[in-house]
Amino acid sequence: MSAQTSAIAGLRARGWTIDSSAATVVLLLLAAAVFLLIGCLRSTNFAQLTVQGVALGAVYGSLALALVLVYRATHVINFAQGELAMLTTYIAWDLMEHGLSYWAAFAVTLAIAFALGTALEVTIIRPVQHRSVIATVIVTVGLFVLVDGVVNWIWGGDYKFMQSPFGNGSFTVGGVVISHLYVGMVAVVLASVVLVWALFRFTKLGLGMRAAALRPAAASLVGVRVDWMLAIGWGLAAVLGAVAGLMAEPSQIFLSPTLMQPILVYAFAAAVLGGLESPAGAVIGGVAIGVTLTLIVGYVPEISSELQLPFAFAVLLLILLIKPSGLFGRREVRRV
Amino acid sequence: MRRQIPALSALLVVAAVLCVLPFIVSDYNLSLAAQVGIFFIGILGLNILTGYTGQISIGHGAFMAIGGYTTAVMSRDHHTNLVVTMLMAFAICFVVGLIVGLPALRLSGVYLALVTFALAVSVPQLPLQYSTFLGGSGGVQSHRTVGNLWVYTAAWVCSAVLFVLAWLILRGRLGRAFRAVRDSEIAAVASGVELPIYKTLAFGISAAYAGVAGSLFVLAANGFAQPSEFDVFLSLQLLVGAAVAGLGSLWGILAGAAFVGLLPQVSTSVPVIGAQHGRDVVFGAAVILVMLLLPDGFAGLLTRLRRLARA
Amino acid sequence: MTALLELEDVEARYGPVHVLHGISLAVEEGSVVAVLGPNGAGKTTTLRAVSGTVRRAGSIRLAGRPLDRLGPAAVARLGVAHVPEGRGTFSELTVWENLRLGAYTRRGSIQPELDRVFTYFPWLSDRRRQQAGTLSGGEQQMLALARAFVHRPRLLLLDEPSLGLAPVLVAELFRIVRELNEEEGLTVLVVEQNAHLALQAANAGYVLEAGRVVLSGSSEELRADDSVRRSYLGY
Repeated sequence: MSAQTSAIAGLRARGWTIDSSAATVVLLLLAAAVFLLIGCLRSTNFAQLTVQGVALGAVYGSLALALVLVYRATHVINFAQGELAMLTTYIAWDLMEHGLSYWAAFAVTLAIAFALGTALEVTIIRPVQHRSVIATVIVTVGLFVLVDGVVNWIWGGDYKFMQSPFGNGSFTVGGVVISHLYVGMVAVVLASVVLVWALFRFTKLGLGMRAAALRPAAASLVGVRVDWMLAIGWGLAAVLGAVAGLMAEPSQIFLSPTLMQPILVYAFAAAVLGGLESPAGAVIGGVAIGVTLTLIVGYVPEISSELQLPFAFAVLLLILLIKPSGLFGRREVRRV
Repeated sequence: MRRQIPALSALLVVAAVLCVLPFIVSDYNLSLAAQVGIFFIGILGLNILTGYTGQISIGHGAFMAIGGYTTAVMSRDHHTNLVVTMLMAFAICFVVGLIVGLPALRLSGVYLALVTFALAVSVPQLPLQYSTFLGGSGGVQSHRTVGNLWVYTAAWVCSAVLFVLAWLILRGRLGRAFRAVRDSEIAAVASGVELPIYKTLAFGISAAYAGVAGSLFVLAANGFAQPSEFDVFLSLQLLVGAAVAGLGSLWGILAGAAFVGLLPQVSTSVPVIGAQHGRDVVFGAAVILVMLLLPDGFAGLLTRLRRLARA
Repeated sequence: MTALLELEDVEARYGPVHVLHGISLAVEEGSVVAVLGPNGAGKTTTLRAVSGTVRRAGSIRLAGRPLDRLGPAAVARLGVAHVPEGRGTFSELTVWENLRLGAYTRRGSIQPELDRVFTYFPWLSDRRRQQAGTLSGGEQQMLALARAFVHRPRLLLLDEPSLGLAPVLVAELFRIVRELNEEEGLTVLVVEQNAHLALQAANAGYVLEAGRVVLSGSSEELRADDSVRRSYLGY
C-alpha cells in the first residue's frame, strides 16, 4: 500500500514507539538497577534494605496495579481500593479463625474479593461513571469511609494477630539475611501480576476487556459486552488489592484497620509514577518507591519513618508537575 | 448558574433563628450548631474552588489544620487575641493557598484530587515530626479557652460576613471569570481570561476560608490543636459537604454544612451499629446514597423543586 | 420473500433532536444496497438505528427477528457487522488483535476465517503485529472491512467508506466489497457520499432527505432519475 522507506519508519511499523523520553526512562531504570547492584555488592546493610524495599515495593505495586486496572477500565480513581484490600484481609483472618488453613483462606478470600469488586462496580460505580469527576471521587471516598466503618464495627479496632504463611526463617546469601517472608511476598505478588497479565495478553476475554477500556463504542459494535468487562475489571482489581493486603499484613505483624492507608498513598504515587494507564509502570513504580523509601529512611537520619508519607506526597507532586503521563505513559503513534 | 439570592424574608428568618437558638437549646446542641457554622465557612470556601473553578480538593483539611495551629500556637506563645489569630489564619492560609494553587495549575481532575488527598494525609504528620514547635502528638494548647456560646457566635458571624464577601466576589468580574474557567477553560482563555490568576486566586480564597474554619474548630475543641483532629476524614467532610451543597445556593451550603456537621453526631446514636462506628458506616453510606440520588446536590434538588412549583 | 433486513417507520433521535422521521427500507439477501443523500439527511443514523447505537423506535427486523430493543453488542451477536464512520478500528491494538476482535462473537478457532480474509487482503498478513494506528487511512479502512468480514456477518453496514481516502483506494475498496458480495454472498448496506461509486457497486438504493426516504429503486433506475443525476451525480 504505502512505502515505508526509512529504518525508523520500519521500526515504527512494527509497533515500536521510539521517542526520546522512552529512551531516557529506560536508561534511568538501567542506571538505577546498576546502582542498586553495586550497592548490594558493597554493603550487606544496603542489600538487606534493598531486599526489604523490593518486597514492600511489590505490595505497593500490586495495589497500584489494581488502581491502574480500575482507571483504565472505568476512568475512575478508586480511593477506596486500599480499604477494600484491608477488608478482604480481615475476611481472610476471620476465615482462619474459623479453622481454614492459610492458603485455603487465601483462595476463598480472592474469590470473595472478585465478587465484591464486580458487585461494587455494578451497584455504585456504574450510575456515576459518566458524570462529573467529582461525583466518582466522592462515591469512592464515601466507600472508603463506609468500609472503614464496617471493618471497625464488625471486627473492632484492636490489633489482631495473623499467622505469616512464610514462617520466620530466612536464607543467607553472601552475608545478607533474606527472610522467607520477603521472598514470599515478592513471589506471590509476581505470580498474581503475571497471571493477570497473561489473562489480558493471551485470552479472548482479556482482549475484550482491553477493547472495552480503549473504545467502548467500537467494542460493543463487535459484540463485546462492555458493561460486563468493566465489572470484571473491578473484580480483578479487587483480587489484586486482596493480594496486596494479604502480603502487606505480615510485614506489619499486626492487623489493624489502618493497615492500608499509608500504602494507598504509596500506591497512588507508584501508579502515577508509572503512568496511570500503564500496568507495567505501576508495578515498576511500586518497586521503585518501595526501594527508594526504604533506602532513604535507612540512610538519611533526618528522614524518619514518619516522614515517609509526606515524602511520597512530594514525589507524587513532582512527577505530576514534571511528567504527568508518568514514566511509562503510553503515547500511541497515530496517523490522523 | 446564578447564585440564588435568597429572599430577604427567608434570610431574616434564618437570622432570627440563629439569634434565638442559644436560648432554647442545650449547651451540647449549641456546640453542634457551632460545628455546623464552622463547616459552613469551610464548605463555602471549597464551593468557590470546586463549584466555580472546577478544581477538586480533598485536602482542605490541611488548610484547616494550618489555621487551627496558627491560632493555638500564637495564643500559646504570644497570648495573641483570639480574633486576631483568626485574621492571621485567614491571611496565612490565603498565602499558602496561593502557593499550593500554583502547582495545582498544572493538574486537573483526578490528578489534583490525588495530590490533595496525599496532602491531606501528609500534613498531619508534620506536627509529629516537628514536635518542639508544633507539639507533636500531644498537641498545642492555646492560652485562652472560650465557651460554646463564644464559638457559636463567632462561627455564625464569620459565616455571615464571609458569605457576603463571597457573594460580592462572585457577582463581579471575578465570579464571571471563575465560572468561565469552570465551564470551559479553552473558551475562557480564548476570551482573554487569565487562567492562572483566577485559578490560583480561587485556591487562595478557599484556603483562607478553611483557615478561619480551622481556627474556630480548634477553639471549639477547648483551644486544643492536635494532629488526630485534622485527619483525612475532615477533608472528606468538607468535600462531601460541598458536593451535597451543590452549586450556587445558600440553602445548599447550609444543607451541606448540616449534613456533615450533624450526621456524624447523629449516627453515633444509631442503635444497631454502636457508638463509635456508627459514624463512619452511616456517613459513608449516606454519602454514597446522596451522590447516587442527588447528582447536583441540594442546590440541584432545590432548582428542580422550584421548577415543579412553577409548572 | 422477506428481505434480510426490513425497516418500517423507523424514527431515531439524539437526545431531543429527532433525525429520522419514519424510514422504511428493505435489503434483500445477497444484495448491495446504497443509501444516498445530502449531509444531515440521516444516512449514518439509519445505520446506527440498525446496529442499536442510537435511540430508535419503529420496526427493525433481521430475517424476521426484531432488533429494535437490542443494544449494539446483542445486534452484533446476531450477525450484523457495522463499520462506522471513522472506521472503529482500535488504533492502540495490533492488526491481528483487531481481526481477532472482529471474530469476538465466534466460538472456537477462527483460522479458516482469517485465511479467507488474507486472500482478500494479502498484505494484512505481513502486518499482523503492526499497531493499527500506524497504518495509513486507506489501510485502516481496509482493516475495518477485513475485521467486519472475519465476523462472517449476515449483514454488513458500511458507513461512508470513501471518506478521506484517495480515489484509487476508494475504487479498490469498492472492488473488494463487490467481490465479497459476489463470492461470499455478503449482504451490504452502504452509506456513501460518492453516489456514482455507490450506485455502481449496488443493486438498489434509497435516497434520504431530512430524515425521510424520498426516492428508491434499483441502481439503474436511480442512475437514470433526473433529480438524482442533478443532485448527486453532477450531470
